[in-house]
Amino acid sequence: MNKTINLTLKVWRQKSRDEKGRFETYPAQGISTDMSFLEMLDVVNEKLTVEGKEPIAFEHDCREGICGSCGSMVNGRAHGPLKGTSLCQLHMRHFKNGDTLVIEPWRARAFPVIKDLVVDRSALDRIIQAGGFISVNTGSAPEANSLPVPPLSAEKAMDAAACIGCGACVAACPNASAMLFVSAKVSQFALLPQGRPEADRRALGMVRAMDACGFGNCSNHRECENACPKEVSIVNIARLNREYLHAGFVSHER
Amino acid sequence: MRLDAKIPAGPLPQKWDRHRFETKLVNPANKRKYSIIVVGTGLAGASASASLAELGYDVKTFCIHDSPRRAHSIAAQGGINAAKNYPNDGDSIWRLFYDTVKGGDFRAREANVYRLAQVSNAIIDQCVAQGIPFAREYGGLLANRSFGGAQLSRTFYARGQTGQQLLLGAYSAMMRQAAAGKVHLYPRREMLDLVVADGQARGIVARNLLTGEIERHAGHAVLLCTGGYGNVYFLSTNAKACNASATFRAYRRGAAFANPCFTQIHPTCIPVHGTYQSKLTLMSESLRNDGRVWVPKTPGDKRRPTEIPEAERDYFLERKYPSFGNLVPRDVASRNSKEQCDQGKGVGETGLAVYLDFADAIRRDGRATIAKKYGNLFQMYDKITGEDPYTTPMMIYPAVHYTMGGLWVDYNLMSTIDGLFVLGEANFSDHGANRLGASALMQGLADGYFVIPATIGGYLAGTRFADVETGHAAFADAERQVSERITRLLSVSGSRTVDDFHRRLGLIMWDHCGMSRTNAGLAEARTLIRELRTEFWKEVRVPGSASDFNQSLEKAGRVADFMEFAELMVIDALARQESCGGHFNEAFQTEENEARRDDQNFCHVAAWEFTGEESDPRLHKEPLSFENVQLTQRSYK
Repeated sequence: MNKTINLTLKVWRQKSRDEKGRFETYPAQGISTDMSFLEMLDVVNEKLTVEGKEPIAFEHDCREGICGSCGSMVNGRAHGPLKGTSLCQLHMRHFKNGDTLVIEPWRARAFPVIKDLVVDRSALDRIIQAGGFISVNTGSAPEANSLPVPPLSAEKAMDAAACIGCGACVAACPNASAMLFVSAKVSQFALLPQGRPEADRRALGMVRAMDACGFGNCSNHRECENACPKEVSIVNIARLNREYLHAGFVSHER
Repeated sequence: MRLDAKIPAGPLPQKWDRHRFETKLVNPANKRKYSIIVVGTGLAGASASASLAELGYDVKTFCIHDSPRRAHSIAAQGGINAAKNYPNDGDSIWRLFYDTVKGGDFRAREANVYRLAQVSNAIIDQCVAQGIPFAREYGGLLANRSFGGAQLSRTFYARGQTGQQLLLGAYSAMMRQAAAGKVHLYPRREMLDLVVADGQARGIVARNLLTGEIERHAGHAVLLCTGGYGNVYFLSTNAKACNASATFRAYRRGAAFANPCFTQIHPTCIPVHGTYQSKLTLMSESLRNDGRVWVPKTPGDKRRPTEIPEAERDYFLERKYPSFGNLVPRDVASRNSKEQCDQGKGVGETGLAVYLDFADAIRRDGRATIAKKYGNLFQMYDKITGEDPYTTPMMIYPAVHYTMGGLWVDYNLMSTIDGLFVLGEANFSDHGANRLGASALMQGLADGYFVIPATIGGYLAGTRFADVETGHAAFADAERQVSERITRLLSVSGSRTVDDFHRRLGLIMWDHCGMSRTNAGLAEARTLIRELRTEFWKEVRVPGSASDFNQSLEKAGRVADFMEFAELMVIDALARQESCGGHFNEAFQTEENEARRDDQNFCHVAAWEFTGEESDPRLHKEPLSFENVQLTQRSYK
């Protein structure tokens, strides 16, 4: 049933990367519980605009949990309180009348703030460039069914490939590590025969790039898999460690 | 303006081979001297960037997102078609071609569609080699499923995330080239104008969305891979950033816009639930296999669905279409739902929804069977609406989903401007008046991986290029116009927000140029759009400045373009005095309320030429000739 609630928002406002940020308090009145979290922010922004103030900058696009654009800390939790749910799929019926919501950008050295809730996640693209691919030029692929793949391998690869690159794992990690992100891509390819020829190179290259970008290392807090909107498992981190160790000890690529 | 589709001679199956043989080649050592600008990084843009860079071209790729992995191709759920015939159920290139032409209600070019079917198999090979985790059978070979009412299984899929996986595959291939220094990536850039010098597309003017800086980028050819214009309706299943600005600006620079009135409305979306709603979410079409669509017989019946007895329900699709029932095609199902709601029988708080009821299926097959088939969709529905479809009927309503119209292109994917190529949903070429399920991914990747790498060489090798750098007067002129427009948007300082105008525009389009159209309604829409446009430039309020990260300003530019583009859609809809596929004019229907084509007078592509802001666009017709298929009338009774 449609009902409305009133909330108090404490939102991180920061004009640019180099300026100091601060929390601003905004009332969010008459919020329908059927709204998504981002629609609630839309309503606040419309009001700010009409009042002649600058609306809150936040990243979003598909609003159906797949593009990976959106994401903020809500009361200290990446993408808010609901498990396996990105911010755009979080609906206001999960909050109570009178709640105070503290909304912050992802916090990580490798993700500098651009404005308000928007951060620079280009480091994730640099990690992909360091090996997150299979080297096959267009046109040179063999017939698709010439290489059978055990269905279980394909399923596990798909579990890892579900990563949407939102950065919540980094934001949730006390070390701001990108290990879940890296391990998802390394695992997807390590599990498939197509990915084996470059497996060593990929694991070494992507981990090195992660370090170079300023992400921390994994110390098994498991906050990442808890925050991941696609519930990518830390089993993938274990697999990455095996791939990395193997590559580091015995491969020609080291 | 002369429309020459440049369709190669010879029998249909040999046209593409013959064309590739007859097309001039660029010497491998010379390719690096050609600089190609790619705008957009969805399936078409990412696959084109990767493939052209692999060939040795110097590629500059632009996207509006923070990362090129986020374009809306990523949201496609169902799958991608190919004519592999792995299930041995009688598929062939010819059958995929035929189904696509017929599905498009005979308003697409035979030669283009045949080529699409021909390259479909190589797309699957490429994607598998890239490590895309397609669904597999126990023996490890690829699985197929049927889709969108096709009579055979030709759809490849990766759970309900096929678009995501295909896009990440193309993105990975592109990132490999970026690492090799052959693709230069420009994320967070929005193309605001096309630069045409001496009749050739030679670059773009883009805004750096972080700094607000206006940048000039020069090249020997420009590829627009910027998607469709569904967001003209404000509410659609498109992502929020999807827009028509790149294609519309190219139209203003001389590229013909083809069939802008061809839009696709998808019947099974989660209904609008309030005036604050920002977008619509699609639910897979497969739900109609087991769900029964109904409304209360009495208008205004506000009882809970479970309280309405069987005798007081109207299963209108089953009643009107006894042989196809709930499985009628997308356009028919959509129009009928709207008709019921227009009669006041719609359900839910807004009255703009119909029930999709699984109670009978659950009684018949058991809850476990239904959960296995649709569990993830039921969960998604529950997440958004807070209602459990196992115990209470789903509510659905049609929503804008895809646009078949786009910039006119010839067989080489080149527009009416030399050197301006258009790929994927942004062009008009392959789907006619209606697109079949699982064909959008196929077309985006066909254009990017296999068509453009073969055709662009012919243009580059056969063209003399003057020395046009970013200092050229055409660049200065375009930049000046872009800057003036931004200043104008910021200086209106009215009292209404951009979204407010966008919603109102969307409503006009939905009411008058949506699922069902009338001449009077379209004429009225034209007046309303013009009035709204005038009001926009007097009353809009765009906060912030031009020289930083300003999302309101980004939106304002896109909505301003939609305000002009919407009128073009209405003009096209008025000019096409027939019904076909997604374009349904109430005056032209069969006795069974199906779209009635007029093949005598409208078997053509309508390509519109911009003639100035104050004058009407000029219509050019490209006649469509069908030598290999018989034109027929659809019936689903």
